[in-house]
Amino acid sequence: MIALAAFYLFASVMIAAAAFTILSRNPVHSVLWLILAFFNAAGLMVLAGAEFVAMLLVIVYVGAVAVLFLFVVMMLNIDLAEVRSGFTRYGLFGAAIAAVLATEVVVADEAWHSGALMLGARQAVTPDNMPNIQALGALLYTRYLYVFEGAGLVLLVAMIGAIVLTHRERSGVRPQKIGDQVKRRPSEAVRIVSDQPVGAGVEL
Amino acid sequence: MSYLDSLALTAPELILSLGATFLMLVAAWGGDKATRTISWGAVALFAAAGASLAGPAGHGGSAFFGLYTADAFGAFAKSLIYLAAAICVIIAPRWFEVNERNRAEYPVLILLAATGMGMMVSATDLLTLYVGLELNSLASYVLASMAQKDGRAAEAGLKYFVLGALASGILLYGISLLYGFTGSTHYVDIAHEMGGSAGMGALFGMVFVLAGLSFKVSAVPFHMWTPDVYEGAPTPVTCLFASAPKVAAMALLVRVSMVALGPATHQWQQIIAFAALASIILGAAGAIGQTNIKRLLAYSSINNVGFMLIGLAAGTREGVAAVLFYLTVYVVTVLGSFLAVLQLRDRQGKPVEAIAALAGLSQSRKGLAAALAVFMFSLAGIPPLFGFWPKLLVFQAAIDAHLLPLAIIGFVASVIGAFYYIKIVKIMYFDDAADMISPDNGLVERWTMALAAMLLVVGYVLIPWLGAASAQATGALF
Repeated sequence: MIALAAFYLFASVMIAAAAFTILSRNPVHSVLWLILAFFNAAGLMVLAGAEFVAMLLVIVYVGAVAVLFLFVVMMLNIDLAEVRSGFTRYGLFGAAIAAVLATEVVVADEAWHSGALMLGARQAVTPDNMPNIQALGALLYTRYLYVFEGAGLVLLVAMIGAIVLTHRERSGVRPQKIGDQVKRRPSEAVRIVSDQPVGAGVEL
Repeated sequence: MSYLDSLALTAPELILSLGATFLMLVAAWGGDKATRTISWGAVALFAAAGASLAGPAGHGGSAFFGLYTADAFGAFAKSLIYLAAAICVIIAPRWFEVNERNRAEYPVLILLAATGMGMMVSATDLLTLYVGLELNSLASYVLASMAQKDGRAAEAGLKYFVLGALASGILLYGISLLYGFTGSTHYVDIAHEMGGSAGMGALFGMVFVLAGLSFKVSAVPFHMWTPDVYEGAPTPVTCLFASAPKVAAMALLVRVSMVALGPATHQWQQIIAFAALASIILGAAGAIGQTNIKRLLAYSSINNVGFMLIGLAAGTREGVAAVLFYLTVYVVTVLGSFLAVLQLRDRQGKPVEAIAALAGLSQSRKGLAAALAVFMFSLAGIPPLFGFWPKLLVFQAAIDAHLLPLAIIGFVASVIGAFYYIKIVKIMYFDDAADMISPDNGLVERWTMALAAMLLVVGYVLIPWLGAASAQATGALF
C-alpha cells in the first residue's frame, strides 16, 4: 500500500517538476526543478527494485550533471552583486526543494522496506540472494560484453573529440620541460660578472 | 560459443579499435609531424580489417549471444566502408596541409568511426545498433568541425551535433517502444513478436526507429542538415560523409527493415516509399539553385538515397540486392566526384567550391573536366555510363514488387535530376573560361581518371561479378 502511494507521489511530483523545468522563466529555477525530477525518477527506480540504477541517477544526474548545469547557468552572467543578491532570492526556493527531497528520501526508504512494487512479470529474473549491482555487473561483463566495450570506445571518441576541438597551438607560452630544467647546471644559468663592486650581486 | 570464438568473428572491429588506440598513442607522442605515418598506418589497418573478412569474420554467424552477426551481407558492406574510409584517409593530408593544421587525430577518428560503422552493419540487436551508430556519429561530429580556421566548419559541426542528438533521441524512443511492446531487443525475437501479437505500440516504435534512421541516411524529410554540413565540413570529411557512413546507415536500415521488421513489411513499405519519392524529388529540385559544388553534391546524395530506398521499398530479395549494387556504384562515383572537387584550386592554391568557377575547365584541365563529366553523367544515370545500371535494377525490383507508380514517379524525377548534372557539364565545356583553376597534374588526378575509366569501361565487365556478390550478400538476410 505504501509502495503504491509512494509510486503516485514520485510519479506526479516528477511530471510536475519536468513541466516546471520547461515552463519556468528563470534558468536557475529550471535547473532546480530538473534536479527534483531526476530525484523522483530515482525514487521510482527504487520502487521498481532497481536500486543500482536509482543510485546512478542520484550520483550521476543529480550529483554531477545538474550541478554542472547550475554552474554553467550561473557563469553565464557573472556579476558578483547579482550573485550575492541571488543567494537570498534563490535561497528560499532552494530550501523548499531541498525539504521536498529530504521528505522523499524518507518516503522512499519506508516504501522500499515494505516491499517493492510489482511491475508485472520481469523478463530477466535475478536470483533473490543476488544484489542488484552484482546482477548487473554479471550481465554487463558477460552477455553484453561487446556492447559494453563499444560504449567504452564511444567515451574514448568523446575524449579525443573534446581535445581535438579545443586544443590550439599557441605561440609565446613557456611550457615546462622537466628534463631540460633538471639537466640545467649552475654554469649555464648563472653568470658571475667579475670586477663588480661588493654587494651588487650576480646576474641571473 | 566461447568468447574467443566470438572475438574471432568480430575481427575487423577488433583490428580497427586496437589499431586506433595504438595510433592514438603515436599521435599523442609524435604530434602533427607523425600525421603521414599515422595515415599510412590507418590505411594498413583498413586493409587488414578488410582481409580479415575472408576468414570467419565474413561468414561465421552470430556472436556474443546474438548481439552481432558476421555474415556475407555485413562483409559486403564492410568491404565497401573500409575502402571508402581508406581513400578518405589518403586524400586528407594534402588538403589539410594547404588549409589547416594537419591533425594527427584525423586518421584515428576515421578509424574509430569505421569501427562504429562495422558494428552498425553487423548489428542484430538494437543495443549494438545504437552503440555502433553513436560511435560513428560522435566521431563524425568532431570530424565535421575539424577545420578550426573556418567558421562554416564550426557551424557544420554544431548543426550536425544538435540535429544528430535529436535524431538519436527519436531513434532511442522508438527502440524503447519496440522493446517495451515486443519484450526483446534482438532482431529475430522482435520479428517473431511483430508477426504475432505486438500490435499498435510496436508499430509506433517502428515509425520512430525508421525516422531516426532516415536522419542518418539523410532521407527527406530528415535531410535538412545535409547541405549545410556537407558545405561546411572540410572537403575530405565531406567525402567521407557522402560515402562510408551512408553505406553503413543504408545497410543498417536494410537489415532492420528486412530482419527485425520483416513481418510488418506492408506497414513500413508506405513510409519507405514516401521517403524515397520525397528524397528523389527534393534532391533533384533543391540542387537546381545551388552555387556551391559541395552543396550540390549534398542534394545529389539525398537524391541517390531516394533511389536506393525504392529498392528497399520493394521489400524483396531482388530489391535488397539492387540496393547493395546501387551502393557500390554510388560510392565509387561519389568518391570520384569528390576527388575531382579536391583538385579544384585557384592560382594561390586555395580550394575552389563555386560552380561558376568551373567555367572553361575543359580548356585548362582537359583530363579533370572529362573525369568530372563522366561522374556527373554517371550520377544522372545516363545510359552508356555505369550509373544507369543500378537505377535500372532498382526500378526493375520496384516493378516486380507491383510498385509501378513508385517506379514511374522516380523515373520522371530522375529526369529533373539530370538537368543539374548536365548543367555542370555545360558550364565546364561551353561557358567562357573563368581562368581560376590552376593547372596541376598530380598523382591524384590520374587516380580520378582511373576511377572514371572504371565507371566507363571496367564497370560493365564487373556487372556479373558484382551482381553475384550482392545477391550472395542478400542471401544472408533471407
